Amino acid sequence: MTDSTENLQTNEIELLTFRVGDQEYAVDIMSVREIRGWTSATPLPHAPSFVRGVINLRGTVLTIVDLSERLGMGTIAVRERNVIIVVQTAGQNIGLLVDAVSDILSLPLSALQPPPEVPSAGSNSFVSALTIVKDRMVRVLDLNSALPCEPLEAT
Amino acid sequence: MNTPNDPMAEIRATFFVECEELLESLQDGLQSLENGETDDETINVVFRAVHSIKGGAGAFGLEDLVEFAHKFESVLDAVRSHELAPDSAVLAVLFQANDMLNDLVFAARNGDDIDKARSARILETLATYIDSEDASDDDVPDFTPMTLTLDFDENSDEDPADPKALPPLAELADTADGMALPESGTSGHDKTQDGSPLNGFVIRFEPQDSLFASGNEPLYLLRLLSEMGEMSTFCDASALPSLKGLRQEKAYLAWEIILETDEDESTLREIFDFVEDVCTLTIKPLEHSDILAMETRQSAKRKSIGKKPSAGEDTQQSSPKAEPPANETDNIPAPEGQPVPAQNNPAVVPADNKPAPNRPKASKTKPTVRVDLGRIDRLVNLVGELVINQAMISQSIQEAGLQANPEIDNGLNEFMQLTREIQDSVMMIRAQPVKSLFQRMARIVRETSADVGKTVQLRTEGETTEVDKTVIEHLADPLTHMIRNAVDHGLETPQDRRAAGKPEEGIITLAAEHRSGRVIIELSDDGAGIDRPRVLQKAIEKGLAPENAELSDTEIDNLLFLPGFSTASEVSNLSGRGVGMDVVRSAIQSLGGRISIHSVPGKGTTFTISLPLTLAVLDGMVVEVAQQTIVVPLSTISETLMLTPDVIRSLGTGASVVQIRERFVPLLDLGAEMGFRAPLESYVGMVVLLISLEDESQMAIIVDMIRDQRQVVIKGLEDTFGRVPGVAAATILGDGKIALILDPVDVVENSGTGDTDIPTNLSLAG
Repeated sequence: MTDSTENLQTNEIELLTFRVGDQEYAVDIMSVREIRGWTSATPLPHAPSFVRGVINLRGTVLTIVDLSERLGMGTIAVRERNVIIVVQTAGQNIGLLVDAVSDILSLPLSALQPPPEVPSAGSNSFVSALTIVKDRMVRVLDLNSALPCEPLEAT
Repeated sequence: MNTPNDPMAEIRATFFVECEELLESLQDGLQSLENGETDDETINVVFRAVHSIKGGAGAFGLEDLVEFAHKFESVLDAVRSHELAPDSAVLAVLFQANDMLNDLVFAARNGDDIDKARSARILETLATYIDSEDASDDDVPDFTPMTLTLDFDENSDEDPADPKALPPLAELADTADGMALPESGTSGHDKTQDGSPLNGFVIRFEPQDSLFASGNEPLYLLRLLSEMGEMSTFCDASALPSLKGLRQEKAYLAWEIILETDEDESTLREIFDFVEDVCTLTIKPLEHSDILAMETRQSAKRKSIGKKPSAGEDTQQSSPKAEPPANETDNIPAPEGQPVPAQNNPAVVPADNKPAPNRPKASKTKPTVRVDLGRIDRLVNLVGELVINQAMISQSIQEAGLQANPEIDNGLNEFMQLTREIQDSVMMIRAQPVKSLFQRMARIVRETSADVGKTVQLRTEGETTEVDKTVIEHLADPLTHMIRNAVDHGLETPQDRRAAGKPEEGIITLAAEHRSGRVIIELSDDGAGIDRPRVLQKAIEKGLAPENAELSDTEIDNLLFLPGFSTASEVSNLSGRGVGMDVVRSAIQSLGGRISIHSVPGKGTTFTISLPLTLAVLDGMVVEVAQQTIVVPLSTISETLMLTPDVIRSLGTGASVVQIRERFVPLLDLGAEMGFRAPLESYVGMVVLLISLEDESQMAIIVDMIRDQRQVVIKGLEDTFGRVPGVAAATILGDGKIALILDPVDVVENSGTGDTDIPTNLSLAG
């Protein structure tokens, strides 16, 4: 793994890729704080369906978003091997519940291409870029739109 | 001046912190004066507060503040010298000046603009009192109570109170002898009356240790003096110990200065303005004899300089006896050893005995430490973690099946007690007496009552009740609003009061007390009480209550808390500002508090605010609902019971009530309400928590089972998630899981029963 500061100079980006359902997604590794195993979350009443609840992250309350549900692919049936990726967006920590973490990729920025306009693809707006790795399409998640930073309570 | 790099900024900040304390003691003192405690000590406290603010303000070039404080001080001086009786008219002015001084201090701190017109108006009023006092200024020391604490005090015709700020007597005795004490205070007095043919002063300047400790330098003071005119000085080194005994941080030297100048005494005193508290300063008009005395001494000194090394020790040994006469020589050029009392006006000597008991009183204040609030918050957080940790340990011990071991049990119990004690102590650090809050309210009462032309007396009780600092801060706004309401709407006009056979002066009582782990703040007026027919009519007009509604008194009273409700038929510029009691209520609720109202027609209205002691922990009941663990604040639960078939009554469509001792209380399934499960067919065998609402109505919340009762640490949800309906906060349980803390009142209000236009609590109480 190359040093992250180097990326800035060489126009490279490091991505953490993970699986949601049968799709491959990625986030900029700089926004990832940690990866945790699944612990059952405390559900919040009157919360949107994609909010699984809150967990205790070393004394602070962490909101868990079910990424599959958020992307319109139905809730994840949680098993032991599901993981929570703790990401920081807009100064806030949020946990993403995903099926599994796959890999860390180091790519030149030029390898990212903007997502094509696909009519009525619900989850498209959450994807900021696409790239192809070993014949698989990896969707780079736009954290800000996937995780609205305003209070999530509004359904 | 307050750029971040400015080294003065920090000192400045300290000054303003001190100002707050001084303003508080000023307010206190004035309050005591108003209550008729016009003893000298009280007046001195008041005077000193203003004086110190003036001194500090001068250092930071806060001209407006200095000017105002100076005038204020002058009037207080007149009060202190008993020339101005602190009657109600004078006190009203003093209170006004006090408020203005407050404003000026805060304006100076925040760099705000000040209301110059108002300041000028008050200054003018103050000036009318000063003029009458000027002529007799010289008599002031005769009545000065604190001269006894000084050594050779012909001190301070203007500032006799200052010496009180001096260190205790023991320390004074270090720098000088105590023998002259009983005669002190007035020895210079006769001479001031004579009128001296010479223009000038004799100054005796004795620095104390603290003068050096506070970074002052006598040399600069003397230089400044020398710029004012012809000056000759004599350094009194008689207190100087041998080289061996010399401690560099001590003050051993004193100066006698003869200054021939045309400046007046106050100009001269200005030079010493910042060291007044840390030195003994004596200034009296110059006479020929003084010059002679000085010359003799100066030449004597010159002669002795040659054999200084041994002379130092001699002086040291002989000083206890030799010193007093030496010190008096500035008054008495004649043979040394002339008895000092001869100089004094015998008439005033007895007066000197009186203040003696005051000294311990002044030094009684407990030492305190100023701590950055951030550090305390950190400590609070850590203790919170400790509480969680303790819960975790006890849970894992239980799960390990070790309950039978008494040693572990005892150890755990002790640990629990210690944790709780630490918790309480930490909370106590954050706790502050509500006094500061009440004082602010006193001002609101004064201003509001003046605006609406009512005379109102504010009585406060339980000022020492301590509440978490955050709670106090958040309470100021709602309480201000309530006070305004009480003065404006609660109390009748003087005419109406007379007609009702009440004294014209209305009384508003603000009381605080601790009651069963909560803080109760009561605001009551002795006004006409709530005009219920009018309130109801208004509510119907505004569509807040259904027409021809039959409401109980409590229900009508609670209409006041509805958004968009205002009873004043004319919106006065005071209360009806669009901020209604609903805002007050939500402010209180956001503090985890409740507010209730109680009114008796013709007798008055009482608002009762009940608040948690702290916002960091709470005692909760841990319950289980649909496999979820939820914490219900213990303070909201009045009773718990098990549902049996014979107490449940169904009521129309789906709603049921539970019968509890001749009362029917609506049932609410918490699991369904929180969306954890669909409403159940039967609730028999489940547990209900009886929740008391603000309006004293009740609600029965159904839960599956009660698990535990324990102290939990409150973790805010709002930062991460925003407000969740029905949830006050979250906490971390012993197993590391997060449990939600219920806000029962919110749950009830959000429940389906409250969706109509009819206010929730009305429909609940029905």
